[in-house]
Formats: sequence, C-alpha cells, structure tokens
Amino acid sequence: MLKEREVIDMGMTMTQKILAHGAGLDSVAAGQLIQVKLDLVLGNDITTPVAINEFEKIGFDSVFDVNKIAVVPDHFTPNKDIKSAEQVKKVREFCKKMGIVHFFEVGRMGVEHALIPEKGLAVPGDVIIGADSHTCTYGSLGAFSTGVGSTDMAAGMATGEAWMKVPEAIKFTLRGKPRKWVCGKDVILHIIGMIGVDGALYKSMEFVGEGVNNLSMDDRFTICNMAIEAGAKNGIFPVDEKTLEYVKNHSVKPYDVFEADKDAEYVKEYIIDLNEIKSTVAFPHLPENTRTIDNVGNMPIHQVVIGSCTNGRMEDMRTAAEILKGHTVHPDVRCIVIPATQKIWQECMQEGLFDIFIDAGAAVSTPTCGPCLGGHMGILAKGERCVSTTNRNFVGRMGHTESEVYLASPAIAAASAILGRIAGPDEVEEGL
Amino acid sequence: MKEQGNVYKYGDNVDTDVIIPARYLNTSDPKELALHCMEDIDATFAKRVVSGSIMVGGRNFGCGSSREHAPLAIKVAGVSCIIAESFARIFYRNSINIGLPILESKEASEEIKEGDEVSVDFETGIINNITSGKEYQAVAFPQFIQEIIQANGLVEYIKKNREVK
Repeated sequence: MLKEREVIDMGMTMTQKILAHGAGLDSVAAGQLIQVKLDLVLGNDITTPVAINEFEKIGFDSVFDVNKIAVVPDHFTPNKDIKSAEQVKKVREFCKKMGIVHFFEVGRMGVEHALIPEKGLAVPGDVIIGADSHTCTYGSLGAFSTGVGSTDMAAGMATGEAWMKVPEAIKFTLRGKPRKWVCGKDVILHIIGMIGVDGALYKSMEFVGEGVNNLSMDDRFTICNMAIEAGAKNGIFPVDEKTLEYVKNHSVKPYDVFEADKDAEYVKEYIIDLNEIKSTVAFPHLPENTRTIDNVGNMPIHQVVIGSCTNGRMEDMRTAAEILKGHTVHPDVRCIVIPATQKIWQECMQEGLFDIFIDAGAAVSTPTCGPCLGGHMGILAKGERCVSTTNRNFVGRMGHTESEVYLASPAIAAASAILGRIAGPDEVEEGL
Repeated sequence: MKEQGNVYKYGDNVDTDVIIPARYLNTSDPKELALHCMEDIDATFAKRVVSGSIMVGGRNFGCGSSREHAPLAIKVAGVSCIIAESFARIFYRNSINIGLPILESKEASEEIKEGDEVSVDFETGIINNITSGKEYQAVAFPQFIQEIIQANGLVEYIKKNREVK
C-alpha cells in the first residue's frame, strides 16, 4: 500500500527516522499520521495540574512507566503565592501517588530544559513530549523532542504514546566558526530574523554541516530551545563526538544514533556562514524583529536578566562573568542572574563567578523560570525596558503590557548591564 | 454541527501570552482563566464576548507557550470556533484535544471583519459570512483528527477506544 511504496522511493530526514523507529515502522513520510511510543513525558507546575485533571477524566489509575515521566515545578517556584503553592502541592501529591521517580523538588531542581539533559533523562534517538513549548531543546542531543499541551501530557502519561503528524524539514547547513562573543543565541536569533516566527511552522529544523563542530553543546541547546520561536515542531542536531561525550558524562540510558538519509527530502535549504553572524538582538514584540548590535541605536535600559532554559547554562554564566569582571552594573539598572540548575549554581559558586556578579552589583537568584514569563523575580513596570537572555518578547511577557523585552545573548546582556543601554562587549572594552 | 455568531477579529501572531497572561496561570480553573482571556490586547473582550461568538485571527494564531489554558480560556469565555490563516502547532493540537473547533482559511481570515455575522459548518468546513454574503471553504482535517473532534477531544477519544479494546 501507500506506506510500502514510500519505503522504496524516499529517503528520510533524521527526525523522520527517529519517528519511524518510535512508531515501529520501517519508514514514514511527511504528512503521515503515526502513533509513537514515548521515552519521556515531561511537565511543569503550570501544565501538570491541567494534565492531572485530564488524566483523571481518562480514568487510568496508574501511569504507563514511573521511570519515563519527569515533572519539574520550575515556573512559579519557589512558590510565589498561595495559589502557586496549591498547584505545586497538587503536582507533588500526584507524583507521590503514582510513584513517579523523576519529580524534582526545590533545592534539587532546575529550569526543566537545562535539568533534563543534565540528569541524563534525554539521550540520542529518544522520542520525547513535554507540556512546555521549549521541550524542543533536546533535539540538540539527537532526540526527537517536541512541546505539547496538558491533554497530550495526560494521554502520554496514561498510554505511553502520542499521535504525531510526520513533519517536513528545513535544512540549515552551518559553515565556519562563530566570532568572539557570538554564540548559539545569536545564531538562532539570526535564523528567526531571516525566516520569521512562523518560518518553520509544523516543520523540523535540521542543523547540519561542518560548522556544527564549532558549536558547543550549550550553543546547541540554545539553538534547539528556540526552534519553537520559528514555529517549528522540533530542531535537531546530528550526533557527533561532543554529543557522545555529553551523554557519557550525564547518562546511563541506552541510546540510538540516527542519521538523515543522503537522499532525504527537504522543503527548503539555507546555508549559514557562522563567521558572518554578528551579535543579534530581537526587539519587541516578536523574536523575528532582529537587529545586529551595530544597528540598535541608543536604547537605555532598566533591567537585565541572565538565565532561563535558553541561556542559564554554565557557558552563559562564564561569559557574563568574563564581561562583568572588574565592572559595575550601571546605577539605573537591576541585573538579575539566574543559574538554571542547582548544579550550575554550585559550579558558579566554586568557580568564583558569584563574587564577580555580587561585586558588580548584580543579584543572584535560585533556579526558576521566574521573570522569563512574567511570573516573579523581576517583573517590569510600565515603560520599563529589559535586555534578557530568555526566549520571548511578546506584549506583557515580563510584566506590564507597556514594558519591553529585548532578547539577546549573555554577552550582550552583561555588557548592557554595565553600560545602561543595549550594547556589545566591545564597547565595554573600549571604555576601559 | 453548525455554529453562528458575531466575529471578534485579531491580527497575525496572536500569542498565548496575550490570550492568557502568565500572571493568571497560578490556577487551572477554566472559569477563572476565561475572565482574563485576551486581556493584554483587548482589555474588555471577556466582558463583551457572548456565547457562540466566533474568533478570527491571521497567521500563526496561538504562537508561543504550550499552555492549554489558552484555548481553554477562549472556549470557556464562550467562543464557538476560531478561524485563522494558520495556527501555531501546539495551539492547533491543544484546540483539537480539548474539543475547540478551529478552521484554516486564508481568504476568510483576510476578508471577514470585526462584528460580521458568520456561520460555520464543521462537517463540510464551509464558512458563510452572512453580513457580506460570501462563502469560504476551510482546509479539511485528516480523518484521524476528525475522529478526535467528533469524540469532543482526546480524552473522550481514548476512553472510547479503550472500551472498544
């Protein structure tokens, strides 16, 4: 039948190969509806309460696998108010009742998409759904990973399966090496600026080419994390030595390495020269409103946030510290640094980065999504402007509907904190 | 099934943060969420909207967060269906999963105006603008998705299939 004909004719993308494997099929084709087995189902303190309601409606009294569900209360934690505390309590009690192994309490947690790879819960070849849009982060490890809603999470927890429409893919061939201070954030903002916030709608973004070797795992996490900001179903990197080294250091889970077929079909192909990408800032109120740092003009700011599932990892912390070292945060600016996990927090402390941040006049927070989604820990007043290493700059995202969020790398964020306006690290050096 | 109502019209890239701001996500009570629906781009929507209204958006409707609270707030506020040029994929899944009908039509999305009276036939995908007299054909859903919609969402669909097994 149709499926068999496709087996003979068409090569598969990396995503399609993982999905075919997850569905127990030899081959799949774009547009095909399939039922996949899940290696991990993820939720947080906002989406899990709704999932629990739906789970109970389905009428299941146990989850499909207590080891394949991860629940991370990270958005409004440590609980910001009574209602949030009630939500987390509901989630905690559900996890306890179901015997869910990977529930991460305050003090042992992190921002979910930094935490899950660090805990070794995502490995190459996995099929992962998460009731959080930035679940696409784990494509950096060569997994298929995508965001869903609470009902999908509930169905996933109950049955261990999800329905998927096999996506088409866009190929991004990366060449060369990023310049100093240019990181994964600039690469993905550059791409979103180029293709738009729906430029990859329903599609996979597959990153390939020799330039991949010049991107660290932290760069790749950031790039895949923001695939959703281009509307993509998933972003994915090939598995190379860096990936395998990361997996070896973090996970004991068995993994499968998949590669795209040579004759895989892509609906579009872009060639990106990493050495030509400049530091990039996304202006309000869409991540596609990008400008390179030399085109931002004089934009005074009130707040800087360095953290989140996009840029709260160790390299981000080190970059921010390198720039802030020996400088002070501008008198009109509040600079809030949020290491994304307990482990990153401890490493920052051990490497002396907190001394640098505190001496500079920045605040250091416990891990939380907090200000990224306007939850707590740095909400903006009317008319305030923030440079943030987070992922969204929609109307009202970090507070008042008349506040503004400018998305940028940790390097830009740290330099802006010192100068009190949106600026790059070169300007800080010039000012010495 | 047919619905008829007046249109609330919005533009491109209506994101889930404006549909239901995160500051209200410390509850999962749909009625409470509905009180703040669209608040950040249309402060009086939740007060004005009447049961059976139709929402029309442009491209990439529902982009951003995976929060199911967004289609839930729209549904419970009284909106019977959303017509847009395109939907962000998680919002698309969530709407189907919770039984909120959505329809894709570029022409309908561009031409229907705020306040127009519109009727929608979900079986045929025909959108009829009673005010202008113009008719549109929405993109058809695949069979499997139609079955979820007919079951009034994923939970009911799974329950039904489980009983069959």
